[in-house]
Amino acid sequence: MAESKKSKHDRIERLEKDVNQLEPLAGSDPGAKKEIRRIRREITELRREMLDGPTAWQRTLLARHPQRPYMLDYVRLLFEGFSEIHGDRSFGDDAAIVCGMARFRGRAVMVVGHQKGRDTRENLTRNWGMPKPEGYRKALRAMKLAAKFHRPVITFVDTMGAYPGIDAEERGQAEAIARNLREMARLPVPIIVNITGEGGSGGALAIAVGDRVHMLENSIYSVISPEGCASILWRDASQADRAAEAMKITAADLYELGVIDEIVPEPPGGAHENPEETARELGRVIEHGLDEVTKLKAEELVERRYQKFRRMGHFFAG
Amino acid sequence: MSTWFQRERKAIETPPEEERRVRTEGLWVKCDGCRATIWKKDLEQNNQVCPKCEHHFRLSAPKRLELLFDEGGWVEHDSELASSDPLGFVDTRPYTQRLRDAQEKLGMSDAILTVEGRLNGRSIVCCSMEFAFIGGSMGAVVGEKVTRAMELAAEKKIPLVIVSCSGGARMMEGVISLMQLAKVSAAAARLDECGVPFISVLTDPTTGGVTASYALLGDLNIAEPGALIGFAGPRVIEQTIRQKLPKGFQRAEFLIEHGFLDAIVHRRELKSYIANALDFFLS
Repeated sequence: MAESKKSKHDRIERLEKDVNQLEPLAGSDPGAKKEIRRIRREITELRREMLDGPTAWQRTLLARHPQRPYMLDYVRLLFEGFSEIHGDRSFGDDAAIVCGMARFRGRAVMVVGHQKGRDTRENLTRNWGMPKPEGYRKALRAMKLAAKFHRPVITFVDTMGAYPGIDAEERGQAEAIARNLREMARLPVPIIVNITGEGGSGGALAIAVGDRVHMLENSIYSVISPEGCASILWRDASQADRAAEAMKITAADLYELGVIDEIVPEPPGGAHENPEETARELGRVIEHGLDEVTKLKAEELVERRYQKFRRMGHFFAG
Repeated sequence: MSTWFQRERKAIETPPEEERRVRTEGLWVKCDGCRATIWKKDLEQNNQVCPKCEHHFRLSAPKRLELLFDEGGWVEHDSELASSDPLGFVDTRPYTQRLRDAQEKLGMSDAILTVEGRLNGRSIVCCSMEFAFIGGSMGAVVGEKVTRAMELAAEKKIPLVIVSCSGGARMMEGVISLMQLAKVSAAAARLDECGVPFISVLTDPTTGGVTASYALLGDLNIAEPGALIGFAGPRVIEQTIRQKLPKGFQRAEFLIEHGFLDAIVHRRELKSYIANALDFFLS
């Protein structure tokens, strides 16, 4: 967990006291001078962190916090009459993705989201929130069902990524994701996407093509995990904090890049400090988003969604 | 010491070590399939297919076009698009430097060529990917060029052929690369609705974000023999499950067995296969 401002403040005060005491004693001893310089650097670093809020890596840790609210927590806090639907109609039921019919402030909606487990036993069932192809196919089935009956889709994104395993590859992980991307792009009902924890690459995007994309303040969204990036580019997974910074994965970065529409504030210390308040904030933006897009006709909606993703990309055009 | 046993005549001169070797670098290649040593010229004449075991070597993007198009060549589109380094990314070297090196070495602005020309007399739009350009990875430029190719095919109502050869999304463009998956898949949906044929050719290797978007969204998805095709790379899977992967895992033959490919087509027959399929779709 990221250190609180109070404890950072205390640490700065302590370090400053150390420097003040050391300085007169140091004289011209190079070792002591070096130590003073080190402490000064640490103080500047801490001051910078206090101004900027958590670093990208600290936010990554918050996004992965074991107490962070998951999809079913938001379902409990924001929806009524949730009734889960299971299975992809061809292979099985993947518990890493949960789909269900529910009511959101009077509207009938389809909810789709990644679900991590709270303890080891639940994580074994839910595969740590890493879906296999049947999970993505179930999600698509649920979304098409929603489209058939003109119900909006609300998704919650929180996964390390699609499961990289033999069985997942055998059953066409890539094909399942690709199909979801294509079909979501033309789904004729509103899709509201909420990134609530880890947005892990294709495994996240496969339920994240939508008309509105919201992101909790301390969630992350990236093409590869910071550890994965570090181990490829620096051949050292312990450089993950550097990679997290370089890859621009925080909500603020993504907002700046034009990838998301809105940042949803979290309570001080992170979403897990007050799930109710987090859910309230999320509920507000979901309702606002739905109000905005449900008044559009299906063709307009799909055209707008196409243009939204069509614009993504920065390059020099000659 | 007396001098009587000292040799007066000079020894026979032998050239220094490094000059003595016959220079064969660049003339021969070892086949990854059968370990045979092949003369490079033979390999080139055989379209980079091992004459002994039919192992398919990687083909460069322009060579691929030569293989597919009729004489008279093609017109290139969007060749001016180049990456703007949206994240200002630096790892062990700045990304801009990596880009410059690849551009200079290959004479391409990014990892893909989009062209229009004729295949057995029929007009097609074709994208050909270049693995030597940062692993054929897809950043904003590849995403944009594929999207434009799809839009062009849809607008002109002419078939699209994409030859993929890519490690996946380009890490140095972070989430912008990820968004290209959504962008090209949305364009693929539109192309699908236009009734214009789209043939995806998967070559060794096609993995990650490219497989999880356009490469597996063709009306036909065909692969070259032995091509590595998958979502997660073999090393990532091995690290996750901590066991060795079965032989042939994620190869084209494995995929066809599991139902994800329409056909495995030998490079020699690729052009006629595509021509036949387009005849079926369009005439």
